[in-house]
Amino acid sequence: MKADTKELPLETMDLQMGPAHPATHGTIKFNLKLVGEKVLDCDVEVGYLHRGFAKSCEQATWTQVIPYTDRLNYVSPLINNVGYAMTVEKLLGVETPPRCQCIRVIVSEISRITDHLTCCGMAASELGAITVGFYMIEAREFLMRIVETLTGARLTTTYTRIGGVKHDLPEDFTEQVTQAFQKVRRILADCDRLLSRNRIFIDRMSGVGLISQETAIAYGLTGPILRSTGVNYDVRKAEPYLVYDQLEFEVPLGTKGDNYDRFVCRIQEIEQSMRIVEQALREIPLGPISLEDPRVVIPEKEKVYNSIEGMMHHFMIIMEGIQVPPGEVYFAVEGANGELGFYIVSDGGGKPYRLRVRPPSFIAMSACHEMIKGYMVADIVPTFGMINMIAGECDR
Amino acid sequence: MGGDSSIILYLQQSLGGRILDSHAFRGDETIVITREGLLEVFLFLKEDPKLDFNFLTDITAVDYLGKKEPRFEVVYHFYSFRAKHRLRVKVGVPEEDPIVDSLITLWKGANWLEREVWDMFGIRFLGHPDLRRILLYEEFKGHPLRKDYPVNLCQPLVPEREVKGTFVDQRSHNKLMQLKQQFSAKS
Repeated sequence: MKADTKELPLETMDLQMGPAHPATHGTIKFNLKLVGEKVLDCDVEVGYLHRGFAKSCEQATWTQVIPYTDRLNYVSPLINNVGYAMTVEKLLGVETPPRCQCIRVIVSEISRITDHLTCCGMAASELGAITVGFYMIEAREFLMRIVETLTGARLTTTYTRIGGVKHDLPEDFTEQVTQAFQKVRRILADCDRLLSRNRIFIDRMSGVGLISQETAIAYGLTGPILRSTGVNYDVRKAEPYLVYDQLEFEVPLGTKGDNYDRFVCRIQEIEQSMRIVEQALREIPLGPISLEDPRVVIPEKEKVYNSIEGMMHHFMIIMEGIQVPPGEVYFAVEGANGELGFYIVSDGGGKPYRLRVRPPSFIAMSACHEMIKGYMVADIVPTFGMINMIAGECDR
Repeated sequence: MGGDSSIILYLQQSLGGRILDSHAFRGDETIVITREGLLEVFLFLKEDPKLDFNFLTDITAVDYLGKKEPRFEVVYHFYSFRAKHRLRVKVGVPEEDPIVDSLITLWKGANWLEREVWDMFGIRFLGHPDLRRILLYEEFKGHPLRKDYPVNLCQPLVPEREVKGTFVDQRSHNKLMQLKQQFSAKS
């Protein structure tokens, strides 16, 4: 500012952004303290979508919890399903057959792609690049159709079961995925040409929402936000679960920790996820998709109707729930927004005694004020878009 | 498993009497520590070069009403980026004095996680600068994840909060007042 220009009076203004604001997809409120257009201080209010997830789970049997987990991160529900089922399996001390593990990897990665596409598309369209928004939603649609053929639902998938998955892959699944990936790749190339070197987009994203490596670790951030600062932490690599240790993929890292790095990380992760799915589809073994343990998995209908043991096992699992030994475990999977952890305490009954989700979005929102402070009000929009808060998971 | 239990052995050697109990159920190393001198233990976990737990994954609590004494347990999960190991630390908290030290000086991320534990369990954190409810609203009565909180309990209606400097539409305000009068006349 030149010395002779008159300074504006430095009076602060309180502005409440939200809970229903067109740029904040999901109900959330920012209580901002502004000087002119600059954000001095910010208090984030969450909880508008709180519906008592943990309390509801304590009333339901182990299997009945699975539909609740769909509603956590409703953009990639399959990852929640997988994470929950694997935590209970860890508590039970059982391991699922290799085909089931491969299927779980495939569905998780397809979900991750849909999540990243939604996040990047919405963030771009909020900055005015609405074409990219529509293109990416179209690409997501191809994958959603695959999810639909596989699970029968787009959002309320409830695909995993404790000890397995609901059904096997359809016969022409590989073909469908190959075709869909071709289309997705073409769309991503288009979006890349439209966006990645676009002056307006880069000006709005680059150098905005900066967070340092130390701050990111101090807040416990994970996922693309942490990786954009250059920390190589991905649960799939750090503590490989399922068959991730047999698959080849890279973890894209950023350097600066700004919004543009987060965007690039996510776009590159889409490509890596497609690579994982293709490898997994090539190497998927034949075999059962569920455990054959009647204490954990309900027997086939034929056995239920024709034998007394089958009938009894079915009855016990439906009415009393799976009998899980007492104890406590924590298990984490790499969700689309970061480490999605489940901490479950069992008292030996058919219901969880305590079920805690470590929600990546909630923890990312706790560091949100660090990424907003000192920037303009308009910069909240891309920063919030790249955090990709999913209210269902943040508020539970 | 040999490498896993070595963490617990090392902790028992260096912390001694602070550790009340330990186990490694399904490979999850867990220690239960005393409530006194909590911050020193966490500082040790964070700074010790062999442990190097620089990443606070999660803070939560469990209510063991009628099952265990003390009633509550605050549960911390840690991870080390360098050594790639996890640790669970539990602290017993009695019902009559539900206070533990806040970790906010060591990890900034403890802020919201501790607010959530206060919100859901009513456990206070000593030294927390801003211990408000986070997922629920200030007027909420009780702490819903306690085991003695009934699932189907109805909360009373709360009057509209006045926020200073907010523009209030008189029409909606009047309508709200009418509704309130109707409601109080019924009950």
